[in-house]
Amino acid sequence: MMDVTSKIALTDVHKHFGPKQVLNGIDLEIGAGESVVIIGGSGSGKSVTLKCILGLLTPDRGSIRVDGQETVGMSVGDREAVLSKVGMLFQGAALFDSIPVWENVAFGLIAGQRMARPAARDIAVEKLAQVGLGSEVVDLSPAELSGGMRKRVGLARAIATNPDIIFFDEPTTGLDPIMGEVINDLIVECVKEVGATALTITHDMDSARKIADRIAMIYKGKIIWVGSVSEIEETANEYVAQFIHGRVDGPIQMDLRAL
Amino acid sequence: MQFNILALIGRVFLAFFGATGRLSIFTASGVRHSFSPPWYFRHILRQMLSIGYYSLPVIGLTAFFTGAVLALQIYIGSSRFNAESAVALIVVIGITRELGPVIGGLMVAGRVSAAMAAEIGTMRVTEQIDALVTLSTNPQKYLVAPRLIAGTTMLPLLVLVADIIGVFGGYAVSTEKLGFNPGLYLKRTIDFVQTEDVVSGLVKAAVFGFLIALMGCYHGFNSRGGAQGVGRATTNAVVSASILILVANYIVTTIFFGA
Ligand SMILES: Nc1ncnc2c1ncn2[C@@H]1O[C@H](COP(=O)(O)OP(=O)(O)OP(=O)(O)O)[C@@H](O)[C@H]1O
Ligand SMILES: [Mg+2]
Repeated sequence: MMDVTSKIALTDVHKHFGPKQVLNGIDLEIGAGESVVIIGGSGSGKSVTLKCILGLLTPDRGSIRVDGQETVGMSVGDREAVLSKVGMLFQGAALFDSIPVWENVAFGLIAGQRMARPAARDIAVEKLAQVGLGSEVVDLSPAELSGGMRKRVGLARAIATNPDIIFFDEPTTGLDPIMGEVINDLIVECVKEVGATALTITHDMDSARKIADRIAMIYKGKIIWVGSVSEIEETANEYVAQFIHGRVDGPIQMDLRAL
Repeated sequence: MQFNILALIGRVFLAFFGATGRLSIFTASGVRHSFSPPWYFRHILRQMLSIGYYSLPVIGLTAFFTGAVLALQIYIGSSRFNAESAVALIVVIGITRELGPVIGGLMVAGRVSAAMAAEIGTMRVTEQIDALVTLSTNPQKYLVAPRLIAGTTMLPLLVLVADIIGVFGGYAVSTEKLGFNPGLYLKRTIDFVQTEDVVSGLVKAAVFGFLIALMGCYHGFNSRGGAQGVGRATTNAVVSASILILVANYIVTTIFFGA
């Protein structure tokens, strides 16, 4: 059923929390070496979708295949093998605050790949430079960093092992426009030059246009639209048009009370 | 009405068995990871330091005053039967068999369970534990196993120190305040104490150390819902560790000295 080129394939994925149905039949395919961006309103289930793919949350129903291999209900050992190919930037960075910045970045190399600490440190310093962080932050504790710096350390950690598949949860939020551009370039480089497959969540349409091969929009727990960057500008889909232009009037109604 | 009561009882029992089951699985996997490679020696050492070394002041002070007050009370009680010579005996047995391990265990429970639950709980709510998983590191192995190993090995050492200081506390009061002959008091102590007294206390200490670490990890791991959840986990860890220590104390005592 699955064509061989799709790296990640979600079919009919459902997930609820208590009475709240968050994912209501997500279907999405991502090809090898492709960069897909997910857009959608706040609280629409974007982060939950990523966590389902990573196996941090278990979907109630549906199938998620990575490299053709079903990951729903997979054993812990098999999942570790899948995750060894994956890098993830969490929305809140999720840095380990008991260890210094460089060790955070080198974590996957030291703990996962059992690399010697000095060699791992060199790679960490290099990755930190790629996200615009100099040698002065290397030995700091994550608690001593600003929000945007933490985000970039998280990004460096996600790409440190040169993973095959990378997930970015809002990589450019909280960054200044110039640094945002640096990060966009870095993501493009990971995909175009290193050949990784990337799935990025963002609210930043400029960033989405820059890094995406395809854009998917999530609404009410479903993917309601998928298309290329050029298609999204002239789509007739009212939901997508309203969303990307940030209009208050349209089919998407915010639950706001009039002042 | 009757139905409601039955439903309530049923719910309570289901919740109880559910929790017991979860705790059993958690314990089994923690123990399994403690005995299988890879071992994170750096973390084991760090935990040993924080449990063992940094608990010394607390343990030393409580043991000294416990021994001192024990000598005082026993003297007052035994003088009614003209049996003052029993002071040395009762102090050394009381300290090595019961008060050293139990009071030491309770003090360390307050210090260490709380710290563990707070640290791991914060890691849970800030997605650091999820991040560990995505970095191909088993959180049980990385967080739980080092703490279980350190708790189980450090508590006996701490209690050994507590035994010595506690007996010294009794000695100090007996010789300085109650007018005992120092040489005679020490000779009585050494003549009376048996290996079994000390060993049973150390076995208790190992059990308590395991329980302290287990409760800290378990409640931290299962904390939910931000700072409030972490606070709740911390309280639950200390309370449950303390109760389990008292229950386990009874069980181990029965095993050693018969019913
Ligand atoms: N662990 C959880 N327990 C309960 N509800 C959750 C949990 N995680 C997410 N949710 C709910 O699922 C919904 C989707 O959350 P999600 O984090 O995926 O949103 P999002 O699309 O990433 O939003 P944002 O753009 O603001 O990050 C939210 O309404 C949230 O309340
Ligand atoms: Mg999100």
